[in-house]
Amino acid sequence: MSEAAVIGARPARVETGKFWILPPAALLALLFFYPLALIARQAFFDDSGMANVAEVTRVLHSRFFLNALINTVSISVAATAGCLIVGLVLALILAFVPFPGSRFVARLIDTFIALPTFLVTLAFTFLYGSAGMLNAGLMEAFSLPLPPVNFLYSSWGVVLAEVTVYTPFILRPLLAAFSLVDRGQIEAASVLGARPLRIVRQVILPAAIPALIAGGSLCLLLTVNEFGIVLFIGAKGVITLPLLIYGKAIQESQYQVACIIAVINIALSLGLFGLYRFAAGRLGA
Amino acid sequence: MLVWSRSGRLVLWALFALVFGVLFLAPLAVILLSSLAGQWNGVLPSSLTTAHYGDVLHGSAGDAVKASLVTGFLASALALVSGTWAALSLRLQGHALRRLLGLLFFIPSAVPSVSVGLGLLVAFSNPPLLLNGTVAIVMVAHFVLISAFTFGNVSAGLARLSPDFEQVASSLGARPGYRLWHVTLPLLAPYLVAAFGLSFALSMGELGATVMVYPPGWVTLPVSIFSLTDRGDVFAGAALTMILVVATLALLLGLERVAARASGS
Repeated sequence: MSEAAVIGARPARVETGKFWILPPAALLALLFFYPLALIARQAFFDDSGMANVAEVTRVLHSRFFLNALINTVSISVAATAGCLIVGLVLALILAFVPFPGSRFVARLIDTFIALPTFLVTLAFTFLYGSAGMLNAGLMEAFSLPLPPVNFLYSSWGVVLAEVTVYTPFILRPLLAAFSLVDRGQIEAASVLGARPLRIVRQVILPAAIPALIAGGSLCLLLTVNEFGIVLFIGAKGVITLPLLIYGKAIQESQYQVACIIAVINIALSLGLFGLYRFAAGRLGA
Repeated sequence: MLVWSRSGRLVLWALFALVFGVLFLAPLAVILLSSLAGQWNGVLPSSLTTAHYGDVLHGSAGDAVKASLVTGFLASALALVSGTWAALSLRLQGHALRRLLGLLFFIPSAVPSVSVGLGLLVAFSNPPLLLNGTVAIVMVAHFVLISAFTFGNVSAGLARLSPDFEQVASSLGARPGYRLWHVTLPLLAPYLVAAFGLSFALSMGELGATVMVYPPGWVTLPVSIFSLTDRGDVFAGAALTMILVVATLALLLGLERVAARASGS
C-alpha cells in the first residue's frame, strides 16, 4: 500500500519540485544580478542610450586607473605569495612537529577568519606607525630624531596586513590535507635515514600541492577584493581598484567612472573565482 | 614526528612562536592595550584607563552596536532562509541545471563588496524601487554578501547527510512537507546554526558595501570605527574595535554551543 503511494507520488513531485528554486533565484536575480547588469549598462552607455566608447577609453588609459590596477595586482600577488610561505611553514610545524597546545593555537588562528580585516591595520598603526611602539623604541634606544621604520604607509604595509588576515585561508585546507598524510610513511622514511627537508619535499609537499593551489587562488581573489585594510592605512600612494571605486562614487560623485572601473574589477574577480573553482574542483573539495 | 632531535624541534617551535607572535598575537594584544591606554608617548602606555570604553558607550557607539546587531541578525536570518531554500530545492533539479545554479548562488562571494554597494546605489536610487537612503539598503547589501556563505554551508551539510533517513521516511509514507520539517531540517540543524553564526560574524565586520550605501542614522560598528580613527581618535577606535571583537566571538561561541546541543540530541 505504501509502495503504491510512493510510486504514485513520485512523478508528480518531480514536476512541481522544479519550481521550488524560483523564489530564492528570483531574490538573488533582483538584488544581485540586476544591479550588476545596471553597472555594466551605466559603464558602457550614456543617459540617451548611446554607446560611449570615448569615456571608457579615457578612463582605461587614465593614470589613476592604471596605477590602481598595477597596485591591486602587485599587492595581491605579493600578499598571496606571503600567505603561501607563512601558511606552509605554520602548517608543517602544527601538523608534523606538534607542541602542547598546538591544536588550540590552530583554532585561535582560525578565528581570525571571522574578525574584521581592518582590525589588523589598526593594530599595525600602533605597532609600526610613525608614533608606534617599534619606532618609539628605536628612537629612544638610538636617540634618533625621526621615526626610522616607514613601511606601513606603502604597499608593504598593505601586504603585511593581508598576509596576517588571509594566511588562515591557506592554513585550513593545508591542515586538512596534512591530516591525510600517512604518518607511517614519514616514520619509515626517517628511520631509513631521509633528512626532514627531503621528507618534506618528496612525501609531504606532493600531498599539499592541491591545497596550496586552491588556497592560493582563493587568496588572490580575496586580496584583489580587499577594501578595509587599504582604506584604514589611508596612504595617498596606495590606491587599489575597490578604493578607487569608492573614491569616484562617494567622494567625487562620478558614478559613470566608478561603474567603468567596477566592470574591470568584477571581471578580474570573476576570472580569479573561475580559477579557484577549477582548482578546488580538481581537488575534489 | 618529522624532526627527532630536541634542538631541531626547539628551533622550529621558536620560529613558530615568532611568526605567530608577530602576525597574530601582537595585533590582538596591541588593540586591547591601546583601548585601555591613557597616555601613550613612549614604547608602552604610561597609564591605563577604561575611559575610552565609557566615552564610546556614552557617545554614538551604543547606536552603532544596535545597528550592527540588528543588521547582522536580519540579514543573516534572511540569508539562512533563502540559502537553505536554495540548497534544498537545488536537489530537485537535473544535474546540469543544478551545477549552473549552484555556481550562480556562489558568485556574490566573488564580487568585491564595494561593487555590490555601487550596484545597489545604481539600481535602487529611483522609484518604484527606492531603497537608497533607507536602512533597508544596508540590510540588502549585507544579505547579498553573506548569502553565498550560507548557501555554501548548508549545501555542504546536505552533501554530508546520509540519504537513508529521508528514504526511510518516504517509504514509510511521509509526505514531502512532513519529511522536510521533521527529518531533513532537524538533521541539518548544526549546519544551519553554523551558517547563521558565520554570516552574522561576516555582517558584523562588513565595511566595503556599507560605506557605499549607509544612510545617516544607521552607522554600523565598522563604519563608526573608521570615522573615529580617520579623525585621529585612535584610542576610542581601538575600544570600539574590542567591543566588536568581543561581540563577534561571544556570538560565535554561543552559537557553537547551540550547534553542539543540536547535533547531540
